[in-house]
Amino acid sequence: MFKDKDSKDLFAEAFEECLASVDKGLDPNDIDAMWLGNFSNDFFMHQAHWGPIISDLIGLAPKPATRTEGACASSTLAFRDGVFAIASGFYDIVLVSGVEEMSKRPTEEVTEGLALATVPYEGEVGFTFPGVFGAIATAYFAKYGATRDHLMNVTIKSHNNARLNPKAQFNMSISEIMNARIERAKKKGEPVPTWKDEKEALWDPKFNPPIAWPMHLYDCCPISDGAACMLLVAEDIAKSFTDNPLYLLGMGQGSGRGLHDAPSLTSFEANKNAAAEAYGMSGLTPKDIQFAEVHDCFSMAEIVHMEDFGFFKPGEGYKAVEEGLTRLDGPMPINTSGGLKCKGHPVGATGIAQLYEVWKQLRGEAGERQIPKKDLHIGAAQNLGGTGGTCTFTILERR
Amino acid sequence: MEVKPFSDISYEQFLNEGKLMGSRCRKCGTLSVPPRPICIKCYNSEMEWIELEGKGKLAAFTCIVVGPPFMVEEGYDRKHPYCAGVVELEEGTRVDARIEGVDATKPETIKIGMPLTVEFLHRGEAEKMRTFLAFKPS
Repeated sequence: MFKDKDSKDLFAEAFEECLASVDKGLDPNDIDAMWLGNFSNDFFMHQAHWGPIISDLIGLAPKPATRTEGACASSTLAFRDGVFAIASGFYDIVLVSGVEEMSKRPTEEVTEGLALATVPYEGEVGFTFPGVFGAIATAYFAKYGATRDHLMNVTIKSHNNARLNPKAQFNMSISEIMNARIERAKKKGEPVPTWKDEKEALWDPKFNPPIAWPMHLYDCCPISDGAACMLLVAEDIAKSFTDNPLYLLGMGQGSGRGLHDAPSLTSFEANKNAAAEAYGMSGLTPKDIQFAEVHDCFSMAEIVHMEDFGFFKPGEGYKAVEEGLTRLDGPMPINTSGGLKCKGHPVGATGIAQLYEVWKQLRGEAGERQIPKKDLHIGAAQNLGGTGGTCTFTILERR
Repeated sequence: MEVKPFSDISYEQFLNEGKLMGSRCRKCGTLSVPPRPICIKCYNSEMEWIELEGKGKLAAFTCIVVGPPFMVEEGYDRKHPYCAGVVELEEGTRVDARIEGVDATKPETIKIGMPLTVEFLHRGEAEKMRTFLAFKPS
């Protein structure tokens, strides 16, 4: 949340960092076009048509600026359109990006705004997004025997990663948050909590109140503001900008129906389609993916995605988290950025922000949260919009 | 008698009349609730209306503490959560519905698989009438 910064301020920051990251430099005049993911600044800021606002901001006008919308997957759609433009030979250099400004509205209104991306039949009976993923969790718990305790393992892991990410909205571990709460209570002369460990705090409704059963506060991503951008260039000119480019190996997208019509309540058909496309295009299998950013809008979602993309078998994702397999130092690190839960979820910017993390990790530039694996060369990002209405999967490689 | 279009508007009009209605493809028999104008199995667009029995079981649910403004207007808030769920109907399809007659402050007492019966929650009158689809324990 940035009380003193608006969409344009945030985008300008992202754009400057993006340009500065080009090792051999890039003249912004050489950018042919841009795509901007934005879900609903119309609702949140009462201002629509953000393509030209942003292209004007960064001096790209009068070149083309196109807004893409796929709920929380909006900016991966911008990425994909940029890829299509370059792959077709139409353009050589494009900017793909996203922005969202949500924190200027009260929580109930943001919840309503986000719920615009549910399937109508869900919204009409009162479903919110925490509610949709809460319902998925009850179905998953009943099918596979997982409990809230298992979801807490996801949250604890995400916070441990986020404390190493200076850009994270919550860059503290659960223990650090607990200690801060204890110190605050002492200072104010209030009753001091006596939690023995992180799980005990997460079971305490005063620390972790319910939002939409079984989703509690610490299962849910926050309300965020943010912007992200990324340059895509044709393969034959990439080396004129850097000796260390990343290559797109595979990408996929899928669309899905609401919970009532979905083939499964514990899996997204749009994920399955995105996986088939991306694995098919790249010739890779899930075993080839060395780490991934997945769309953990809610703790439950992280587990479903890991299973849908084949990192773990259906019903075994929660066990993998419990065994530490998805930790930063585990065999399959998931959400090294801290994920949406801790890094933040400015919805229209999230897809590109996920790819930014894959970029940082593959280039060995992730600082304290760098994955301690030798020969890290293939990473992926999975983005979800709505009740699995739009899902994408993108595989990047460092050669 | 003229057949109502297989649309969301018709579906909601039927709910106002206390009927849970779906469409059935005249060619392949696929049932859709809410109705569909085009069969997504065989792409046929000749449909017929089917009234559902209104019996099913709970497939998934949530008890929502932070709800949208229209639920807050109905009196639901952080102290008074409500339950929403997915109900698997006896006819084999699922619907989203409010779940009434359960204690949303004690979600541990609500069980996946519990048998449910339809209930129509009418709000407003005449032209302004809206009906929420709900289910309650049988």
